[in-house]
Amino acid sequence: MSAPVDRVLRAGAEASSEKSVVLANVSRRRFLQGMSLGGLVLAVGFRSATAADEPKKYGADGMPNGWVDNPLAFVSIAEDGTVTIVCHRSEMGQGVRTGMPMIVADELEADWKRVRVAQASGDEKRFGNQDTDGSRSTRHFFEPMRRCGAAARTMLEAAAADRWKVPVSEVAAKNHEVVHRPTGRRLGYGALAKAAATQPVPARATLRLKDPKDFRYIGKGQLKLVDAVDIANGKAQYGIDTRLDSMLYAVVARPPVLGGKVASVDDAEALKVPGVVKVVRIESSPPPAHFNPVGGVAVLARNTWAAMQGRRALKITWDDGPNASYDSTAYKASLEESARKPAKVVRNDGDFAAASAGAAKRLQAEYYVPHLAHATMEPPAAAARITGGKCEVWGGFQSPQAARDLVAKRLGMSADDVTVHVTLLGGGFGRKSKPDYGIEAAVLSKAVDGKPVKVTWTREDDLHNSYYHTVSVEHLEAGVDAQGKPVAWLHRTVAPTIISTFNADAKNEAPLELGMGVINVPFAIPNVRIENPEAIAHTRIGWFRSVSNIPHAFAVQSFVAELAAAAGRDPKDFLLEVIGPARQVSPETLGDTWNHGESPERYPVDTGRLRRVVETVARESGWGRKLPKGRGLGIAGHYSFVSYVAAVVEVAVDAKGAVTIPRVDVAVDCGPTVNPDRVRAQMEGATVMGVGIATLGEISFKSGRVEQNNFDSYQVTRITEAPRVIRVHIIPGGDYSKPMGGVGEPGVPPIPPALCNAIYAATGKRIRRLPIRDQLTV
Amino acid sequence: MVSFTVNGKQRQVDVPPEMPLLWVLRESLNLTGTKYGCGIAVCGACTVHVDGTPVRSCVTPASAVAGRRVTTIEGLSERADHPVQKAWMEVDVPQCGYCQSGQIMSAAALLARKPSPTDADIDDGMSGNICRCGTYQRIRAAIHRAAAIRKGGAR
Repeated sequence: MSAPVDRVLRAGAEASSEKSVVLANVSRRRFLQGMSLGGLVLAVGFRSATAADEPKKYGADGMPNGWVDNPLAFVSIAEDGTVTIVCHRSEMGQGVRTGMPMIVADELEADWKRVRVAQASGDEKRFGNQDTDGSRSTRHFFEPMRRCGAAARTMLEAAAADRWKVPVSEVAAKNHEVVHRPTGRRLGYGALAKAAATQPVPARATLRLKDPKDFRYIGKGQLKLVDAVDIANGKAQYGIDTRLDSMLYAVVARPPVLGGKVASVDDAEALKVPGVVKVVRIESSPPPAHFNPVGGVAVLARNTWAAMQGRRALKITWDDGPNASYDSTAYKASLEESARKPAKVVRNDGDFAAASAGAAKRLQAEYYVPHLAHATMEPPAAAARITGGKCEVWGGFQSPQAARDLVAKRLGMSADDVTVHVTLLGGGFGRKSKPDYGIEAAVLSKAVDGKPVKVTWTREDDLHNSYYHTVSVEHLEAGVDAQGKPVAWLHRTVAPTIISTFNADAKNEAPLELGMGVINVPFAIPNVRIENPEAIAHTRIGWFRSVSNIPHAFAVQSFVAELAAAAGRDPKDFLLEVIGPARQVSPETLGDTWNHGESPERYPVDTGRLRRVVETVARESGWGRKLPKGRGLGIAGHYSFVSYVAAVVEVAVDAKGAVTIPRVDVAVDCGPTVNPDRVRAQMEGATVMGVGIATLGEISFKSGRVEQNNFDSYQVTRITEAPRVIRVHIIPGGDYSKPMGGVGEPGVPPIPPALCNAIYAATGKRIRRLPIRDQLTV
Repeated sequence: MVSFTVNGKQRQVDVPPEMPLLWVLRESLNLTGTKYGCGIAVCGACTVHVDGTPVRSCVTPASAVAGRRVTTIEGLSERADHPVQKAWMEVDVPQCGYCQSGQIMSAAALLARKPSPTDADIDDGMSGNICRCGTYQRIRAAIHRAAAIRKGGAR
């Protein structure tokens, strides 16, 4: 998720994108080289979709550089019939390198066994927006990729009709060949490739898209991951695996406190370490942090181990700067103090004060979620080299165009002279949408006259200098009627904002954070007041999978369960009653101007869909079933990334307070699906991550420094702590004209509250502060 | 100079004896399937077999494998057809894939030791391997499946 950053970064980049771009020889050659393929390709003009002259745009139209549906950018066919489809989004485990090409291949009538996938470098003018976050890839590119495949298919059909000198209406593409229906003549795609290349790209309006009942791959989920074999035999290439001739290996000593600088450095001992070649200062940038390297001292060596030994031998004195007093315990107290006082009103329906004063009973609770680190299994790593005035960077980047632009800016080069090669990402979760490590690699290469340099972050580096999930206190109050039903609802949410990373003065949650499950909560409560006190950031705050939905859903779904308990009601029935009858609520009436970047008409908040996932998960999990002592079920439902997810967690809490999770049921309504097995996989993974956030995860600061160093102190879920069974129930998406929702992120938010609600059911103990860790220990 | 066998081939590397095997494999021998994840033997991404026993290469000094047989993910099978690798693909275990070479090496060692592992055996054998994508349910299913494949069982 990074809409505002894109605006910051690339506000000026959209102006020229409406122009028709001719794929001249240069582009064409680059394209072919990028795919190391002989064979076809066509050279025609194409238009990209973003226009600067229209008012408000939504979905892919609203993203920097919009979308591209030109087959020339995405499809090539070799004379041996091999179809190469470019994936322009980054693979970080969500399955996009399988899913996106599947869409093209289906419309193209390509035989998947003869399809190869090539990874695009960062080039949004050519491919459209590549910012792989916000759970947006499939919903933004389903239609463009279909058109892409359909256009290429049409060109092949036209080429065959020309060859046979028959009307194009008599031919049809089917399973990697074109058939002349009256005579049964056939030509394979390879045989047609060259001639198809000379056909014009058909106009968008003339394209015939397949009837979804004829889809052979989309929605079927029978295709294996394109990278499965490479992963299983160790050949898959991640950024950290990059190896270039004569490459130097670097690690960097970074300031332990955000905004800190090197006061002095003595590198004499470091330079004596065998294998160490050079010590290089990386200048820190003035605030805001943005995606810039935090600076520090790099050790370049013949291998990573020597670089690490060299770094250990550096004698650095840091000037910590103003964040040196950042202390998580004190900060929590200050957030709590803010959360207890009236603050900026961000939504106000009815009259909370009056309704609360007149209520039969008033309840309140506060919830805390600490900073978190993504801790991708592959820590940040990138390689760069500069030759002939051009810089190439290799790494796992969620936003390769941002990496390209920022490397260019830092080196004082034109972005045209920077190429960002996108490797597989060993996990992303939002960390790798910030390309600071790519900039470091480029800066270090420049410092050694353009020689190749790879920078590797150790796990300690990753945890000490991340872009952390925010830290928050959620203060909720409700006035309830005689039956315990809420008639007045106050939610004060206070957390340092992601915007502070781009604007040091930002102190309030932005629309994109408030629109993550705090103001856009569609409950049937007449008096709602949402407030947002200020909070000052003291570290880099960044996107973390599902972002502000984590604390918001934890608080809202826990509080509803608390109200249910106070009313003596079944939590599921009570939740459905609070959601109210099925209706479509305009996000605008909820004060949500953001709506995950989607059109409020096409993507209203649909309480019917929210109800349905809650009802489905309750039914599938056997909600209400009798459980032995020490076991309990908890439920939560949450709307995020324009998808609806509900979960029922079953916990077992033993006599000593140890929690295990025998089973989790998840119901997801993300609209129509492309690759249902990956939807399932994302829900499974999100459940495990949600369990980790609830039970173990915490980044804390003392004297401005992160206290956790590695997976021993920043614990994440292991197989022993993961739910033993996760059952995913996908609500049938219906027809493919319906809007798609996100998948990568919306599975996370319901898990922590469902888990804590289950613990309450099992033990009567209410968890309001994450992580649970030893709070239940007897 | 340290001599040892890697994936059936005799190798000699000129590295300091204390250099962890992980970096020898990745950077001296270009066997990058073995992954760095923590450097302190708590995540399992760097798991290789030394004389058939799973070890964390990130804390194993090169000198400790002198004269021994090291197997990495690249050497587990000729064509990615070890029962564990086959099961991994059947079950579509991976998400990002980064931890999976370590998971596969741990699983292969577990099955060599326990041909019919129980869920408790899987917990014991696999709890040292972190998967941040959370593929554990499929890892468990794939290990059971690999056990069946090893016994020549069809699906």
